[in-house]
Amino acid sequence: MDDTSTGAVLLTHKIGLHARPSVKLTKLAKRFDAKVELAADAAGPWIDAKSVNKVMQAKIPQNVTLQFRAEGAEAAAAVAALIALVEADFTDVQSA
Amino acid sequence: MTRIELKGAFAAPGYARGSVFMLDTGAAPPAASSLAGGEEDALRDFEAALNTARVGLETLCASLKDEAAEGIVEFQIAMLEDESVSDPARSAIKAGQGVEQAWRDAIQFLIDDYIASDDAYFRERASDLIDMRDRVVRALRGEAERAPPPGAILLGEDLSPTRFLSIDWSHGGGVALVGGSPTAHVAILARSKGVPLLVGLDAPPAGMGGEALLDAAAGRLIVEPNKADIDRFETCRQAAAQQAEEDAKGLKRPALTLGGARITIYVNAAAPEGLDSVDPEICDGIGLTRTEFLFDRGAGGALPGEEAQYAAYRKLVDWARGRPVTIRTLDAGGDKPIPGVTVDGEANPFLGVRGARLSLLRPDLFKIQLRAVLRAAADGPVKIMIPMVTAPEEMAQCRVLLEEARQELLSGGQAAGEAPLGMMVEVPAAAISIQDFDADFYSIGSNDLIQYVTACSRDSAGLTHLARADAPAVLELIGRVAAHGRAVGKEVSLCGDMAGDVRYTDLLLAAGLTALSMAPTAVAAVKGAIGRAREAA
Repeated sequence: MDDTSTGAVLLTHKIGLHARPSVKLTKLAKRFDAKVELAADAAGPWIDAKSVNKVMQAKIPQNVTLQFRAEGAEAAAAVAALIALVEADFTDVQSA
Repeated sequence: MTRIELKGAFAAPGYARGSVFMLDTGAAPPAASSLAGGEEDALRDFEAALNTARVGLETLCASLKDEAAEGIVEFQIAMLEDESVSDPARSAIKAGQGVEQAWRDAIQFLIDDYIASDDAYFRERASDLIDMRDRVVRALRGEAERAPPPGAILLGEDLSPTRFLSIDWSHGGGVALVGGSPTAHVAILARSKGVPLLVGLDAPPAGMGGEALLDAAAGRLIVEPNKADIDRFETCRQAAAQQAEEDAKGLKRPALTLGGARITIYVNAAAPEGLDSVDPEICDGIGLTRTEFLFDRGAGGALPGEEAQYAAYRKLVDWARGRPVTIRTLDAGGDKPIPGVTVDGEANPFLGVRGARLSLLRPDLFKIQLRAVLRAAADGPVKIMIPMVTAPEEMAQCRVLLEEARQELLSGGQAAGEAPLGMMVEVPAAAISIQDFDADFYSIGSNDLIQYVTACSRDSAGLTHLARADAPAVLELIGRVAAHGRAVGKEVSLCGDMAGDVRYTDLLLAAGLTALSMAPTAVAAVKGAIGRAREAA
């Protein structure tokens, strides 16, 4: 039976979830064997966190609490890794 | 042979002489759909084109050294790999539509969505999508991207960042665009690569070609120039090259006018790492530290504590080796919102709670910064500068808080240095009644002063003719503040973009300024301009 996992983190990055952070986030999400989704609100709509196109189209601004949910063998690890990425402010991400 | 002279707006400096290369518009109608092979073949063509485009971008990405440029290309690669981008085209192809039209329609849907955004950032990304679309279209048509000959002057409606980056600029060359703006992405890239760029060019006649001269500073492109044009161009170009060479020699010398007046040259700083490659010998200290960088990085919303701030200020003090370091307290608000600090939802943030107004509203945060600055002042000369001061009582309140911070440190057994307390002069009210302000020094923030005096928003491209640095009203206020500083024996400097722009050096000296603070890259040219200036007031 597949695991499910959820988590939330405040998005502090300037401009919000723009191109560079979106690319980093989706690349990271793709590494996990799980269906990973994110949302700007716990009530949804939920977006495929492995699609840079969908993530960008959500145009999530700064200061929104990002919700993650994952389903699959590596669900917990995926949510933890994504939260760590956002918490680290996408580390070397420049405001390009 | 007809000589054509076109005017444009300056976006990146330099001179270029070369053959005109007309850029493709990318708007050509799709080739007649090649349905002979049926949907299977069409799908295969499509996948191959996506792959060709992706490989091309990956090759381009690997050759880049600039992180901002990499970001642009990586985004396009990720979009090409994303099936939610290409699936609508696949469905349309399966339904019998031509490959190119199917792809164009799929991307147009996304472009429309981005363009409809309220957020300028997302609207600008539409140009990345167009760039990506055209790359796939070229692959479908089997067209290679026409490479301009070395040293060519590119002429067209617009130039995408990836196209700009894929061109070899090592043999010179330049760009003149009918569209674009000085703040566009390509303009930033052009400045960093040293490629001259004009934007907002007069529309060129169709089918133009031949030799051309591009003089960015003059805002002029001449196609099929005559001999007099060429002579004048070469004279200017050589003079500029000699000037740059000559200026470079004076980089580490003190700035003296022809009359022998010594002008203080400061550099503007932000994060200490930005000064890693700058030799402190080129300047007399740091005239402006933009401390907002400390507040940009807070992960999880955390604001920088006293220790983190002290560490950063201490690094600047170490870098300056005994030269004064001017630290501007947090200038949040306006175009620099900080979550959890600035006031949300102001209708006009440039006229809202920003700079000193915000610091006095949040003395808890302000004190932390003042304590960190005073601790750094124990390690070397440090000056504190308050932004956006409007009324004399604001300076009085800052002085009280500064003294409180010092007492807190001392009673806690910590070192606290002496730091002169100065103010930025950027609000017209402060400039007009400058004699009423108790400050140990003054620094004119010309960018905001111009914006407030001319009532022209800094980000409004259509108002550049009104938002002039050399507007008489702006110069009068600069002169007024300089005269007050002279009368009371306090330093007056100027730390906006004007300080580093040699077109204004004479005017600023004539206005009576004796200290200028600028980007480190501007120091050589400004010192050169000062050396040629006859008079300091």
